[in-house]
Amino acid sequence: MSNAPVDNSRRRFLTIATSVVGGMGAVGAAVPFIASWNPSERAKSAGAPVEVDISKLEPGQLIRVEWRGKPVWVVNRTPKMLETLKTLDSQLKDPSSEEEQQPDFAKNPYRSMRPEIFLAVGICTHLGCSPSFLKGNFGEKVEGVEDGFFCPCHGSKFDLAGRVFQSVPAPINLEIPPYMFVDDTTIIVGIEEGAA
Amino acid sequence: MLKKLATDTIDWIDQRIPMTRVWNMHLAQYPTPKNFNFWYFFGSLAILVLVNQILTGIWLTMNYVPSSEGAFASVEYIMRDVEYGWLLRYLHSTGASAFFVVVYLHMFRGMIYGSYQKPRELLWLFGMFILLVLMAEAFMGYLLPWGQMSFWGAQVIISIFGAIPIIGDDLTLWIRGDYVISGATLNRFFALHVIALPLVLVILVFLHIIALHEVGSNNPDGVEIKRKKGSVKEEDKTKFKIHEYYSDKKDIVDAIPFHPYYTVKDIVGVVGFLFFFCAIVFFAPAMNGFFLEGPNFEAANPLKTPEHIFPVWYFTPFYAILRAIPDKLLGVIAMGAAIVMLALLPWVDRGKVKSVRYRCGMHKWNLGGFVITFFILGWIGATPQTDFKTILSQITTVTYFMFFVLLFVYSKNEVTKPLPERLTK
Repeated sequence: MSNAPVDNSRRRFLTIATSVVGGMGAVGAAVPFIASWNPSERAKSAGAPVEVDISKLEPGQLIRVEWRGKPVWVVNRTPKMLETLKTLDSQLKDPSSEEEQQPDFAKNPYRSMRPEIFLAVGICTHLGCSPSFLKGNFGEKVEGVEDGFFCPCHGSKFDLAGRVFQSVPAPINLEIPPYMFVDDTTIIVGIEEGAA
Repeated sequence: MLKKLATDTIDWIDQRIPMTRVWNMHLAQYPTPKNFNFWYFFGSLAILVLVNQILTGIWLTMNYVPSSEGAFASVEYIMRDVEYGWLLRYLHSTGASAFFVVVYLHMFRGMIYGSYQKPRELLWLFGMFILLVLMAEAFMGYLLPWGQMSFWGAQVIISIFGAIPIIGDDLTLWIRGDYVISGATLNRFFALHVIALPLVLVILVFLHIIALHEVGSNNPDGVEIKRKKGSVKEEDKTKFKIHEYYSDKKDIVDAIPFHPYYTVKDIVGVVGFLFFFCAIVFFAPAMNGFFLEGPNFEAANPLKTPEHIFPVWYFTPFYAILRAIPDKLLGVIAMGAAIVMLALLPWVDRGKVKSVRYRCGMHKWNLGGFVITFFILGWIGATPQTDFKTILSQITTVTYFMFFVLLFVYSKNEVTKPLPERLTK
């Protein structure tokens, strides 16, 4: 051991340098632990498109299909339901779909590719519950509107185009998934026309 | 001969690890105020419940299968086919609710007797961290049976993080490890529930007790038993042998050693507690849907939300605050603030007098109002929403926060009763 006098500034420099290098090492070591929480390759590949047959979908009826583990609704809206949609603008938060919650083809009053066939991800934009389809008895929730979606968890209300009503907890309209018609009775959910 | 062997063994150990010293310092010669009432049972009861949770939890993992395919069935297997599996599971599920009962009462004790006030701020903060970890632990544990309420409850709680601007959506994806709650989520929650969080919990409980023993217990009078050295006449000091660690620094009055006096008293508390606890375990383990919710007896179905979804009762007061506010981000902020305000109590309360016994009448009313608010919020959060309840929840959300505002205001120049010189009964 040498008996040289203690050089305090040198000692401080070495302490700081060691701490910084050690700290960077700790940050680097945290990367695999944090990254391993991301969706795995298997989970990612499970997000493949799904095909829906709507040949047996009656007017006014709703069916659920699973896409990326989420419920996707397909509703065959009657002409009367479509008429109602036009009258609701003043009660909605975002009647003309300004928020990016739909593919470009669905940025219209019906929020769909074809007016009668409506597709939406059936997950409430508030906290992720799946709202119920109230057919004929939605009037209990919103006076004068016969049909709509009502979220049992926190009482959010949506019309039959998935547009959210005012003064409910959900901030934005329901998400419309990308989809395309293969023919008149078959829809593919998960890809858009033109996309590879 | 045998006695010599015993003392020799103890000496041998004491030269290698401070066994006797720790025993004396923290139990046999640890000074405790002599006037503890039943409110002081809940600390030791919380430890009892923690031990119950760890023990029954370890045994449950022996038959539980943490996968989305096997989880629900394995819980049914434990209930029907494993010997005493039903008992282990009911002890664990009832223990979860009992944990919150005991901890909420323990916290309320701190509130009425001002136990969070100086110098016990850090002790209170450790307690609040314990509450937070306990909430995370309970929430993750509730996903494991993989029933409908497990699934949709987790969906709601994880979506709360989605309210954070910009990073929200990526954060929820990262927590779930999938685009929806799935087996990946279940597996990581299992790992956190059985290893990570219990470890953190035990460490925090250790720190909570170390912090307590440094500052000493408060008591129902809120009058310190540790006085300035040399300020107390010899005949007024406690007659019991107190460890030098405490008596060298302070003169100690009205104190009795923790062991045997409070160990024995706590046994009375344990017996009383077990009476109620076992009654629930054996006769009403679901507690009419409050401890185990009906929809959870149905396996998780990602395509269908149960008609009504509620968290378990211990989250409902905070959940009601979340629901009361018709804005996603603000609702989440208000819910978080409800917990943060509790943690800030030592600084919100500017009073010098600790115990409600000697504080102003306003304080008694304020505390009473807070309790009523907490119960109303809890009831609203556990029942379906109606227009009336939405308004009521908004009113009670305001009164919840008004407790802290009022306390901050009147505690500054509070008119209090004179404090007794020594502890009363």
